[in-house]
Amino acid sequence: MRKASTSLAAAALLLLAGCGGGDGGTTTSESGGGLQQASQAAGGASSGLGSTAQAIAEARDLTPDDVAAALKTYTPSGRFDEYLLFASGGHSGQALVIGVPSMRLLKVIAVFTPEPWQGWGYGAGEDVLAQGDVNGKEVRWADVHHPALSETNGEYDGEFLFVGDKANARIAVVDLRDFETKQIVKNPIAINDHGGCFVTPNSEYVIEGGQYGTPLGWDYAPLEEYEASYRGNVTLWKFDRTSGRIDVGQSFAIELPPYWQDLFDAGKGVSEGWIFGNSLNTEMATGTATLTDKNFFESGASQNETDYLHIIDWRKAEEVFKAGKVTMVKGFPVISIDTAVAEGILYFTPELKSPHGVDVTPGGEYMVVSGKLDPHVTIYSFDKIQKAIAAKNWETEQYGIPVLDFDAVVEAQVELGLGPLHTQFDDKGYAYTSLFLDSAIARWTLGGPYSRKHPEQPWTLVAKTPVQYNVGHLGTAEGDTASPDGRYMISFNKWSIDRFTNVGPLLPQNFQLIDISATGDRMPVIYDMPIGLGEPHYSQMIKADKIKAWEIYPGIGWDSQLQAVRDGAPKPGDEKIVRSGSTVEIFMTAVRSHFKPERIEVNEGDHVIWHITNVEQTKDATHGFGIPGYNITLSLEPGETHTLEFTADQPGTYSFYCSEFCSALHLEMAGYFLVKPQGTTVSNASNSP
Amino acid sequence: MWRILRFIFGPRVPLLELRRRPVRYVLPSLLLVGAAIILYNSYSKPYWNMTLHAPQYPNGLHVQAYLNRLEGDVSEIDGLNHYIGMRPLNDAAQLERETSFMAIAAMGLLLLAAVMVHSPWAALIALPAILFPAGFLLDLYFWLHLFGQNLDPHAALSNSVKPFTPPVLGEGNVGQFRTVAGGDSGLTMAMIASGVAFTALFFHRWAYRPLWKKSRKAKLALAFCRKCEQVVPAQELEAAAQGCRSSSRALEEVPA
Repeated sequence: MRKASTSLAAAALLLLAGCGGGDGGTTTSESGGGLQQASQAAGGASSGLGSTAQAIAEARDLTPDDVAAALKTYTPSGRFDEYLLFASGGHSGQALVIGVPSMRLLKVIAVFTPEPWQGWGYGAGEDVLAQGDVNGKEVRWADVHHPALSETNGEYDGEFLFVGDKANARIAVVDLRDFETKQIVKNPIAINDHGGCFVTPNSEYVIEGGQYGTPLGWDYAPLEEYEASYRGNVTLWKFDRTSGRIDVGQSFAIELPPYWQDLFDAGKGVSEGWIFGNSLNTEMATGTATLTDKNFFESGASQNETDYLHIIDWRKAEEVFKAGKVTMVKGFPVISIDTAVAEGILYFTPELKSPHGVDVTPGGEYMVVSGKLDPHVTIYSFDKIQKAIAAKNWETEQYGIPVLDFDAVVEAQVELGLGPLHTQFDDKGYAYTSLFLDSAIARWTLGGPYSRKHPEQPWTLVAKTPVQYNVGHLGTAEGDTASPDGRYMISFNKWSIDRFTNVGPLLPQNFQLIDISATGDRMPVIYDMPIGLGEPHYSQMIKADKIKAWEIYPGIGWDSQLQAVRDGAPKPGDEKIVRSGSTVEIFMTAVRSHFKPERIEVNEGDHVIWHITNVEQTKDATHGFGIPGYNITLSLEPGETHTLEFTADQPGTYSFYCSEFCSALHLEMAGYFLVKPQGTTVSNASNSP
Repeated sequence: MWRILRFIFGPRVPLLELRRRPVRYVLPSLLLVGAAIILYNSYSKPYWNMTLHAPQYPNGLHVQAYLNRLEGDVSEIDGLNHYIGMRPLNDAAQLERETSFMAIAAMGLLLLAAVMVHSPWAALIALPAILFPAGFLLDLYFWLHLFGQNLDPHAALSNSVKPFTPPVLGEGNVGQFRTVAGGDSGLTMAMIASGVAFTALFFHRWAYRPLWKKSRKAKLALAFCRKCEQVVPAQELEAAAQGCRSSSRALEEVPA
């Protein structure tokens, strides 16, 4: 036994020695030693700016303010932005996703316009795009103005994005789990809008306010009948969060006078349950009747000293709609002006001179209306409005709508400068209003409960920062919510003039990032971002970590419209070609680096149903799919399945291929789609080659 | 048969002795049971892991080998391996993975049996559990070698990546990947169990050797009786010398 025990001891020693090196696989830093060496060589650059930084600043002719701006915005590789800006893509008909403060464009989301990289409109997405057709006519562009993020309790929840098309009065719903458009609705009673999209504090409704007066349903009527036949409207689209879709059957509109409604905002906090909208053509100007008429809209619509702020009780309106007290126009329920007045849903109050923009303060106490053609912002108090309504302190205007006494509902007016347009808010009780003509943004103080948040007097102008140039909307971090963050503001400038290298007569817009983190009068512009694909108008900024987008689709065979794995979607092992009569059904999978099957043979004229699933589950392992000549291009993200349907009406030899660079053998990821001309036969075996 | 069993199981500890020196006899049993418990618990833990680092995988690729399965980025690694002609990972060690549960169960039971074996045979019975970690690593090396050296020559990247043996422990390279492999908690536990069992044997020896020797003495003390010209138990020598008879009953007696 002695011998045995010594040999056992020897074995044990061997074991221990051999296993000395092995330890659990703790992940070492990503790029290995190289990065560490580099940062050591840089001499601990994070502590104090060394002489290298100074030399660079001098060589590039940068002032200390420039260097500060660079430090506030530069985001090193691999580090993420704090906020995401969901911007309108203007005429591109898309929505942009931009990181703040780096002002890097992260994505263009395809919404109303076909977009081949995302496979939107060339084999996929046509059914959603077709939902936006106008009387059967394809309208494959949009003029996007004001996207709106879904809200819960008055805060952005990062789940959905609503994108409106001003040009054709359409609203789209984008699911922010995969940043894909899931639905487009076409407003049946309006052919254009402007007051969209705005959401109620729990996204019960998506608000779409009309703009240029037309008869409801845009039926023909001569302009001489403007007052009698032309109308405005505000449409409330019911949003069903569970299905992630607008429920058209639960949606309704309220008829309004043809005063050219402009923008809306939803009350929150104390004013929850109400929406507010402004208008600019109470003059009811109808444009020049003849070529010698000098009364263009620009002067015709600007004659009156005041237009009307619309004050609407949407909760009561909802009850009225549910009670059935509606008129059906083009099959859509509309609460008439008379009903709205009788039920106490609709009130007006004067607002100065063709204003633009009504914005509700974070707590819902005040509505700020910007003068546009008047240098003031007018602040209305919700409390006073309620008191005026209760006391029936009004006169009626020509359509019978009660107009609340101006002095009874106004809280304050602040003179800011020329061309006030839109107002946003921060966490320090400041309000920011864009001044189009001054080409500046004014910071002024709110009063009431906001007075204690800032050191200055309430309802006072504090500072103006010039912007380049001609600012329209502006946006602050989480600025439309019940608790704005402050810190960053973006000026959405309409004209860039000399800011960028000239790239032809059509110039990009200029988004300027402004640092509003300090109190007082210092609000420096710290970054210029050119937007070269449309005129964006408005954006909303949300904390980046509220967005919980998927990295891959959660299962193999995932249908992005159903947002679930679809039965019958081909998975590995399910590949086959099934022929019945002149229908060919293909079940295909895509993986690095091949399609299976790689040869598809059909007869000319066959009806082809082609299912493809990307069976990867690795982040960024997207496969494209293109069939030349048939105008088909798809993007299949990991797990995603899609079904194409088309008629193989063009005989010939087509090479389909993976169009999104996927692997070292991406070039070899291709196949042949053979369409045999009539007269040639394909074997009828129902199997894959 | 019973003689063989008695031979293997060895002498029982007399109650008085057990009461007088409890620690001596409880300790080896405790250690062996402890080793068995640790070994059983190790089954649910990964035994080995490998991390693959490459620029396009910022979080690395990870695979953990449990005794009965592989976990981690197996499908992604298989996907990459098909470019160099390596077989899918789950083709390896199928028999080992299927029988591992039974094997661990058996080794643990043997350790428990060794508690009751008071003969030097206990060392042999405990041997499988003691050698198990080494055995695991050897088997792992075998499969790594087999799979890494037998790459399909028709694979797309066969010119760039030649047959290789991934290291069982430590760093290696394949293609653009730097691999780091090491034992995981399960293997550590198995090694601890092995060590505990090994230590237990020393205490086992300390406890039971005297008893064993005494029982052997009773059986092995022999002398040669010249008169009978045969070997007889030593205690019987005188009687044998006189009567040339061996008393079989004397063989059974163990001095108290």
